[in-house]
Amino acid sequence: MKYFFPVLALTLGLLAGSASVQAEEGHGSELMSSGASVRDQASLQRGARLYFNYCVGCHSLKYMRYSRMAKDLGLTENEVMQNLNFTGAKFDGPVISHMPPALATKWFGKAPPDLSLEVSAKGADWVYTYLNTFYLDPHSPVGWNNLTLPNAAMPFPLWELQGMQTAVMKPGSAHQVEKLELSQPGRLTPAQYQQATRDLTSFLQYVSEPAALQRHRYGVWVLLFLAFFTLLAYMLKKEYWKDVH
Amino acid sequence: MANVFSRLGGWITERSPGLMPMYRKHMSEYYAPKNFNLWYYFGSLAFLVLVSQIVTGIFLTMNYNPSAAGAFDSVQYIMRDVEWGWLIRYMHSTGASLFFIVVFLHMFRGIIYGSYKKPRELVWLLGMLIFLVLMAEAFMGYVLPWGNMSFWGAKVIISLFGTIPVIGGHLVDWIMGDFLPGDATLNRFFALHVIALPLVLLLLVVLHLAALHEVGSNNPDGVEIKKGPKGNRWSPLAPADGIPFHPYYTVKDLFGVGFFLLIAAFIIFFAPTLGGWFLEHDNSIRANNLVTPSEIKPVWYFTSFYGIVRVMPAFLGTAVWGVLTMFAAIAVLFLFPWIDRGQVKSIRYRGTGFKVGLGVFVLAFIGLGSLGAGVTDKVFPEWFGDVDLATWDNNFGRLMILLYFGFFVFLWAYTHFGWEKTKPVPDRVTMHD
Repeated sequence: MKYFFPVLALTLGLLAGSASVQAEEGHGSELMSSGASVRDQASLQRGARLYFNYCVGCHSLKYMRYSRMAKDLGLTENEVMQNLNFTGAKFDGPVISHMPPALATKWFGKAPPDLSLEVSAKGADWVYTYLNTFYLDPHSPVGWNNLTLPNAAMPFPLWELQGMQTAVMKPGSAHQVEKLELSQPGRLTPAQYQQATRDLTSFLQYVSEPAALQRHRYGVWVLLFLAFFTLLAYMLKKEYWKDVH
Repeated sequence: MANVFSRLGGWITERSPGLMPMYRKHMSEYYAPKNFNLWYYFGSLAFLVLVSQIVTGIFLTMNYNPSAAGAFDSVQYIMRDVEWGWLIRYMHSTGASLFFIVVFLHMFRGIIYGSYKKPRELVWLLGMLIFLVLMAEAFMGYVLPWGNMSFWGAKVIISLFGTIPVIGGHLVDWIMGDFLPGDATLNRFFALHVIALPLVLLLLVVLHLAALHEVGSNNPDGVEIKKGPKGNRWSPLAPADGIPFHPYYTVKDLFGVGFFLLIAAFIIFFAPTLGGWFLEHDNSIRANNLVTPSEIKPVWYFTSFYGIVRVMPAFLGTAVWGVLTMFAAIAVLFLFPWIDRGQVKSIRYRGTGFKVGLGVFVLAFIGLGSLGAGVTDKVFPEWFGDVDLATWDNNFGRLMILLYFGFFVFLWAYTHFGWEKTKPVPDRVTMHD
């Protein structure tokens, strides 16, 4: 009994330690911290605009309905249908790309994956890092390569925003990349581009789990209620146990 | 109003005379020792989680589609389109992990206070059976979302049976109903997960409680209150150190429930994946028999046993030893009451050897768990630099297996040959707070 709390603290410490190990789980090179958050509605809206301008041409979000997205992002039906829905899909329908999968496979070697659960599967930091580590590669069939996902089949769609990065190789090596250098600036400054990809990552994080908004909204109240309930139960226990010695 | 209730009560009692005696036997006149501490919350909490898993499970079943083609989509349907579906699913997925946390602590309580010893061997055996069924239940439930980790986890775990000489290969095909985990596998796992195993689990829980209430609860002092003086405020025949389970332990457990739900709600609402420990990233990818996850490992609560399989070498032309050792690691727990020959129950009055041995056993269990979860693959290079990981994992794991089983050998010898120096056990229970 007297060791319970030290042991509990130690166990929780170990768990926390291993949780951080798990979170860092090796996805190739080191990941940047995305700073993505689904609580920032303005960021989600900007991310949605980027997604529907640059990504949805190839990548569906088949589990995401336009109507749900409108509600959660604080957009009207009109705003969504005119500014984000370019395929003529129904407002209540899912976000499906117009690209025919068979042709996509022919063009890119593999059909562009659905991104509904991309952040759940790989983590926000991975997506953010991926979007920040494209570089020109003359050896690649599409002219681009990526540090986070080497030999990615996707040409870099955001190049006009970020500009073009080239790889600086490690001294004495032809393939090992030391760092990326912005060789030709794009429309956005590096800081603006990072914010843009952060917005995009936040949006994809929202799409991975729209329920996160509800979780956060209700969670605090549930915890407050349970804390109050536990306090009452504790007082009740004290009252009943007064005469047990 | 009160009159109406008492008349209704009388009406029922007249027609079902056995109900009130049953209520008295198990609640209002079940005399539990008055000195239960923190460790004694976990039994009632395990029951709470069981009920929660059944109720949330029923609602999940209403919207889940048990087919290889539809399972993954139906989970997303639950998460997005079913009213409160996300909450029900997170309660179920978090509940699964919390079930094991609570059960592990409940079992550990039994070990430190000698609750498995005479006359409670049956209570322990029934509890171990519950643990066994719970593991099967959890494994099959894990396969149902049909994510990529579900698929590969199922494939790896079922393949373990393939190491059995001669019949192994056929056994694997028979379990899966196919040559890979597929529709047939998913359907039978669904049936077992929602009907067969829960029924067995409930029956075992009833037997576990019945067996306990027959002999009475143990306590942190390991003193048999039934053998002590008789007579308390409620009955002249009841043990003097016993108090009625209801209302004393029902209100106490209510407090435990509140505290437990506070932790559970925090996870459910703010960290449902718990950094990949409760819900794994790779399970957000649909089952794909062509693409393996970067590392295949079971959920955390199986990792200690999986760690054993990972490092046991193959010899005599067969790899069955890993599986045998894994099952032996569970089977040996059944034998606790007969391996431990010590007369003193509670760790409070047991010898230093028992305390140290148990500490080593716990460390071995956690060590094997971190090996099975792949934690050692990350921390060994961090701690020791550029080492030969496979050799380190193997040596570390085998040492942990040795310590795990070594504890039981030691415990038997320690108690059988009378090496244990125990402290005097008090006649009556002691109160600490």
